[in-house]
Formats: sequence, C-alpha cells, structure tokens
Amino acid sequence: MKSALAALMLVALAGAAQAQNQVAAGRYQAILADCEGCHTAPGGKPFAGGLVLQTPFGNMAVPNITQDRVTGIGTWSETDFRRAVREGIAPGGKRLYPGMPYPYYARMSDADVSSLWAYLETVAPVRHAVQADQLRFPFNIRSLMAAWNFLYFKQADFKPTLDKSAEWNRGAYLVTGAGHCGACHTAKSLLGADRAAALTGDSLQGWFAPEITGAKSRGVGDWSVGDVVTYLKTGWSAHGVASGPMSDVVERSTSEMNDGDLKAIAVYLKDQPAAKEPPLPSVARDDPAMRTGAVLYQNNCVGCHGWEGKGEKLIFPPLAGNAVLVQPSAESLIRVVLAGAQAVATKAAPTEPSMPSFAWKLNDRQLADLLTYIRNSWGNQAGAVSEKDVAKTRASLRGGT
Amino acid sequence: MTKLLPRKDVVIMGLGWTGAIMAQELTDAGLDVVAIERGPWRDTGTDFNIGYMQDELRYSVRKELFLSPVLEAMTMRNSTDQTALPMRDYGSFLPGYGVGGAGVHWNGYVWRFFPTDFQLKTHLTQRYGARRVSELQLEDWGVSYDELEHCFDQFEYLCGTSGKAGNLKGQTIDGGNVFEGPRSREYPTPPLKMPYVSVLFAEAAKNMGLHPFPAPAANLSQPYVNPLGVAMGQCSYCGFCERFACANYSKAMPQTTVLPVLMKKRNFEARTECEVLKINLHPDGKTAKSVTYVDRAGQEYEQPGDIILLCGYGLMNVRMMLLSGIGKPYDPATGTGTVGRNYCYQTQGGGVRLIFEGKHFNPFIAAGALGSTIDDFNGDAFDHSNLDFVGGGGVSCGTSNGRPIGYHPTPEGTPRWGSKWKKAVAETYQNTMAFGAQGSSYPVRGNYLDLDPTYKDRFGRPLLRVTFDFPDNDLRMSNYISDQLAKLGRSMNPKELTVSHARKGWNSVPYQTTHNTGGATMGANPKTSAVNRYLQSWDVSNLFVLGASAFQQNAGKNPTGTVGALAYWTAEAIRDRYLKKPGALVQT
Repeated sequence: MKSALAALMLVALAGAAQAQNQVAAGRYQAILADCEGCHTAPGGKPFAGGLVLQTPFGNMAVPNITQDRVTGIGTWSETDFRRAVREGIAPGGKRLYPGMPYPYYARMSDADVSSLWAYLETVAPVRHAVQADQLRFPFNIRSLMAAWNFLYFKQADFKPTLDKSAEWNRGAYLVTGAGHCGACHTAKSLLGADRAAALTGDSLQGWFAPEITGAKSRGVGDWSVGDVVTYLKTGWSAHGVASGPMSDVVERSTSEMNDGDLKAIAVYLKDQPAAKEPPLPSVARDDPAMRTGAVLYQNNCVGCHGWEGKGEKLIFPPLAGNAVLVQPSAESLIRVVLAGAQAVATKAAPTEPSMPSFAWKLNDRQLADLLTYIRNSWGNQAGAVSEKDVAKTRASLRGGT
Repeated sequence: MTKLLPRKDVVIMGLGWTGAIMAQELTDAGLDVVAIERGPWRDTGTDFNIGYMQDELRYSVRKELFLSPVLEAMTMRNSTDQTALPMRDYGSFLPGYGVGGAGVHWNGYVWRFFPTDFQLKTHLTQRYGARRVSELQLEDWGVSYDELEHCFDQFEYLCGTSGKAGNLKGQTIDGGNVFEGPRSREYPTPPLKMPYVSVLFAEAAKNMGLHPFPAPAANLSQPYVNPLGVAMGQCSYCGFCERFACANYSKAMPQTTVLPVLMKKRNFEARTECEVLKINLHPDGKTAKSVTYVDRAGQEYEQPGDIILLCGYGLMNVRMMLLSGIGKPYDPATGTGTVGRNYCYQTQGGGVRLIFEGKHFNPFIAAGALGSTIDDFNGDAFDHSNLDFVGGGGVSCGTSNGRPIGYHPTPEGTPRWGSKWKKAVAETYQNTMAFGAQGSSYPVRGNYLDLDPTYKDRFGRPLLRVTFDFPDNDLRMSNYISDQLAKLGRSMNPKELTVSHARKGWNSVPYQTTHNTGGATMGANPKTSAVNRYLQSWDVSNLFVLGASAFQQNAGKNPTGTVGALAYWTAEAIRDRYLKKPGALVQT
C-alpha cells in the first residue's frame, strides 16, 4: 500500500516537474514571439494590453491577454487560444486583425503553442479593459477579415526544407513563425498583405525596417553569423545599432533568446535572396551637396562618429558600412537626426547611449546634404536625400507621429 | 499635511557621485533604495546635447548647471570677529545641482591622496616634532591608505581613468608618479596625449631633477567599458569639461558610469526635484527614523528608512546634520564639538604664467585633467626639516580650455579693453602657458562651519555659515612653491614671467576652487571627529555621511578620487558588517 502511494506520488511529482518544464518552455515561446512587446502598454502591467499600434488602417489597441475573466482571456480554453494564435479567430468567431501576426504564428508547432498557453495560464490576471479599435472604415468591419484571410492567409504548418541543415530550418521556423520578422521587414500592400519579396524592408510607424536578407551592404550579407548574433543579443554590432521599434524587439525578445536560436536565425537570414531592386546610385564627391555635407559632418558629427565614420564600440554607432544608412528610404536616418534616438539597453550592453536631436540646429537643406554625405562616404552608396524627404519627416514628427 | 510613505531599506539624500555609487552597491546587496535629489533629472542625450553643450555663455558665465543661491545660499566671513554676509552669487566655489551633482561639471582629476595624508598628525609629529604642527588642528583619519587601496582602484576603474602608474606594488616606475602610494595594478586606460605646453613643462621639470608624469584623468584617452558594462567614448579634447557636462560620453560622470545600470534596477528609485528638509530621529536620539522632504509642488513627505545616507555636497551634509540636531556643533572658542570642525579649502596660488613668442600652443586642444604634473613639492614628498611650514601642492601644467569668453591672456600692462587689448590677445593667446599649485589646506581652530544666526533659506532654515581664512602655515607653503615654480619658469626662458602669491583674506567672490572639505570629519576619536572610520555617525548609528566632508584636512590634490574611494569603503562596511549586525561599527 505504502509503495503504491509512493509510486503515485512519484508520478504526481514527475507530472508537476513536467508541467513546470512546459511553463518554462512556454515562457521562452512568449519571448520568441515577443508577446509582451505588443501586449503591454508603456508603464503598464505585462500582458494586460493597451498599447496602441499605428497602422495604415488606423490605430489598433492591443488586447489584454492575462487570465482576467472579464477583460482578459481567462475564459478561454487551450483550443480557443490555439485557434486565435494560428488562425486569427477568437472565441465566438470574432476575426482578429493581422496586427496580431497570426499568419506567422500559424507556423508554430502544436507543442510550442501548447506550452505558450501553459505559460500564459500562469500569468496573474489583471483587470484592464482595453478600448476598442479605432480603425477607419471599411477596416473596422471585422467580418471583412474573412475575405482578407481568403485572399491572403494560408493556414500552413511549417514545412522543413529538406536540402537545408537542421540549423537553417530552425532559423526558418523562428523567422517565419514565432519571430514574425516579416511583420515589419517585409513590404505590405495597401491591404496589409505581403507585397514584395520577403524581408526586403518596409516603412512603418515613421521608421524604415531595413532589408535583412543576405544582400550585401543593404542586408546582412556582409555581416558574419557572429555579427548577427551579437546584434540580436546586445543591440550592437560592427554594422549598426538597434534603434526605433527594433530596440524594443531586442530588449524584450532577441536578447533573451538562446545563442543556438540566434545563430540559426543568422544562418537563415544570410541565405535569403536579396531584393531585386538595382543598387542605388552613388553621389560624386564634388557634388555641392557632398561638399556642404562634409563640412556639416565635421562640425556636428565627428566628435562621436569619427572622421572615418567608424564610431566606437558599444557607444557610438558606426556610419561606414551601416546597413540602416544605405536603405532605399532614408526615413529612419532622417528621423534619428531630427528627433534623436536612444540605443537599446541590454544586459550585455547596458549603456543606452543617446543621439541628441539636431532639429533645432539644421534646416531641411542642411540635413539633406549631411545625410547625402553620410550615405555616400566611406564606401556607403545609397543616393541623395532630398530636402523634401526631410521636410516630410519633420512635419510628421511635429504632428506627433 | 505631511504624507507618510512606506519604509525603505536605504534613503539617500543626493544623487551625485557618492549617492550613485552607494545606491549601486547597496541595491546589488539586495536592499531597496530610494535617492532623494533636490535638482532635476539630467541625462546626456536630453540635457547635455552635443549641439549646444559648448555654449560658454550659458554654462560657464551664466552657470546653468550649478546650484543657484536662490535655492540655497551661504554666509561667509574670514574670522569670528566679523559678521558673515550671504553671497548673492556663488563665486569662490560652485556647488553642483541636479542628478550627477558636482560629478557633472568637474574637470576629471582622479587622484589618490598620499598614504601619509591619512595619518597626517602622527606622521608629521613623528618626523618633525609636535611643535612644528602646534598651530594646526591635525587629526588622523582612522583609516589607512593600504585599507583604501582597493577602493581607489574600484573608483578608478569605474571612471576608466587615463594615467600611468608610478608605483606598482612597491615597484617605482619612471614616467609615473614616483611619490604615489603603491597601487595594485595599472590605470585602466593609458594617459591622454600631452599638449605642447605639457611637453615643454615636463622637459624643464626633468632638467631640474623633478619627476613629471601625466595627470590621471577621467577624460578618457580611448574607448572603455567599465566593470558595470557601461561604455564610454574617447575624449575629443574639446576643452569643455569644467563647468560643463560632457556631451561625448568621454568624461566620467555618474551619467556615463553608474546611472545606466542603476536606473534600470527594480529595487532603486530616484525622486528628483525633491529637497530633504531634515532628518528625523527616534525619541532616544541614537538612530534616525526618516527624512522629511518637500517636492516641487510644495507637498511634504516623510520617508522612513532603516539606513540614511547623506550624499550631498560636503557642505550640505554638514548643514543637514546641524539642522537635524545630529552630533555636537563645533565651538571654535573651546575647540570642542565635532560637527563643523576642521573645515578646509584648497590653497590656490603659487601660480606662474609664461609668455613666449612664436609658439602655437593651441590651448583650445584641451581636456579638464589634461596635463603634466609634478608631485615633488606635494604633501610630505619633500623634506620640510629646514622649512617653516608643512604641506605642499601638486603642480600641473596643461590645457584645460582655451575658451573665447574666459580665456584671453595679455601681457602685464595691457589696457583692459580697446584695440591694444585686442592686438595683445591675438598675440598672446597662442604663446601663453601657466602652471600652479593645487595646495594643501590644513585645519586650524578658527576655520569652521556652523548655522548662521541671522539669514535663512526659503524654507526658513538657517543658512550655513563659513568662517575661513588661509592659515599662515598654508600661505608660507604656497609662497615657497611660488619661488620654486618661478625658478622652473625662468629655466624655460619666457619673454615674460609673472608669479602670483597667495595672500591672507579669503575672498568669496572670484572663482578659486570647489574643493571644500571637512566639517563632518572621520577619525578614531569621537571627540575630534563626527563620523567613525566607516563614515558612520558616532551619534546616530544608522546615519552615514559620505563625501569630502569626511576629510580631516585637504591634501594638495583634487578631492574626487578620495571621495569615490571612501564611498566604496563605506558601501563595503555596510554590506559586510552593518547588515550582519546593525549598530555602531566602532565601539567607543
């Protein structure tokens, strides 16, 4: 009798340990999918929602996914959760907008979604009602999402590519699945569906998410696998620094991923085909914009970024060979110089240095010349920046977007 | 109506160098820490913008980063038979304000005091006899250089200090400071590149048998990542250090070394624009209960804490003790009492200016602590047997700035304005070098701090009263160094040589130095010190008083290195001793 009880207890203990492991695994899935990144308002409780996403279709408030039964998802079953995450359909048939990246999460395995649910079940309920979406007509008609799904959404499990390594496939699973990199880095149509080749860059929320394929210069083709891993882990690399929305991604998601997964992501990204767009023209050194830009660079930028645009490790981003600088769109670059920016802080790189704002000091023409110079010096080749581009970003920053 | 707040493990007044270091160390020890800072939040990207930080009018002339006398003034006098008057503007010294404190606007010299400085009374008495020091009120510090060595090392590595060791584990090294105490390892970064004036100075000094070395600087010679993982950049020699914050992340400040890590901690909180009014004691008077502070809106709060740390500027720490009735106020008539005792300054003077022809010194290629130094005339590095004083000064020659408003040297006899003045400035700007002593300041009975009987601040609290004049011993010391430096200057064959001499009658108006020390001194004897060797109040055992207020005398060096070392020393004592057994760490 005693031994039977002991055996029963052992089974129970093993079950508890397994559940514990599943919760830990689910927590890691939440990191991979960066759930907390969107489902937490600035200064708010984790997963309690309220962050407002700005999309071309209007503003979208991210819901509460804590276990609260009234304002969260405390009444959901695992099946409900699986359907929402992988098909974009909430209980009662309510259609989710693809601001929730379910077209990516569709590739997550059953086991990974199960553990994610096991983890979310342990998150303390928070009573926090999130305001309804503020989408423009006709995007505010949820049932239209059924048509969208019919047109664009392919419910497909992840299928390994057999002639690629296990590591490459793990990278593919993460990038196209939980990691949902394409949500920002792949260009979208007016209807929000993928428009261009995957991961070749796109503009969103006033930033340009750069190309992250194996392209030389513009992508990560010139980066070593180690460079990509370091970037995702610390926010820093010899080729650039995470800023804008990518700071949040690094801080909450990639810096917490394990090294094996980061390496797999790097291997996969470096093997992705480059955008087919032709290389941008270089601007001649004796172009008036370049000459003015050089003087402005010496007077404003040299102190930190150096005469050769090399920057300094972990403190001043390099400008020479910096992929963000040579994207077809100079949007991020203009924004950083106008508004300033703060680098991400991670455990490995806590400094969080700031680029100050120069909006008060440089006019549109000067800023355009300066950026033309930076985009076409020290081996960079990315075409001229126009005064109009600067004026547009300056106006949008004034408008608070 | 005062709002009572929930208890914290540690309550810190002031978030400058010592507040930041103490908070970093004690949060690492697992304690829940709040820092209450009178001034505003300040950070590099938002407040020290590279595009306008070099605004000399705004920061140097109009002193934007400094404490305004509207918020807290002091009264000054030279002796007890005078009536002290409040200053309308800070002049002789400039206390910092806001997060980072004076650690924002300092030049960046990171010195270690000599081993003998910590046992000055014993050392000088043994070497020269009691009579020689009878006019001074010297005391030992109750702690030795050897005990502090690892703390100096910690502060230097936190800052990334650029320098060259002159004594590694007892081995003397040419090119470094051969008079310094033994250090356990080399500086974290190599010395800055020396400007031309420093090269000439060093050559002349060597020719006279002296020992020049590059001054240890917190303006970094190369990029650096400190032990907390915080990265700093290379100094660009812009010459906007003193009176300015560094916009290039290349001068060590709390913002560039500690705060990025500290501010992210869940067990740390900084409350800015909140001014501590007083420390409240438990009824027995032996432990502190809380601090009362007022926020920007005028709301008063009581913040209880198990440990209270005074981390303000030294003078403010002393005032807070006096306002809170902690310790016995010092009485110069009898030489008894401890709080306010042994206030010291820094004996400037001994300055030599040389004007040459045909040089291109380019003084605008500059950094706060950039230069070559000799310690041959400092402290007790030289034999005073046949001299009529004790003490000395470090002599530095470098370029700290060549700024357009503040720096326009002219030869003797030049008109103060007009075309002749302009012509002289144009000729002399590139041809002038200067060096002078950072002289020691030793305590005497009549120099002290107390509360002013008449003048009050905006909360109705008495202002601090500073009673000070340069002691005769220090003037004799300074004049001796003037003579030595004049010799050194003449050996360089300048076209014009001017020598300045320190004089009696301290004047609080022209800027001299912000190196105020003493008033809450550390020691082994509770009758002659306000805090014990761990900077713990003898009277209130859960109160620690950080900063230069602990110095028994000021050495011939800038104080920040020793201030930083003492902070690490105190943090270690709280972590390793006090937390295990709260109460007095030294029995009386």
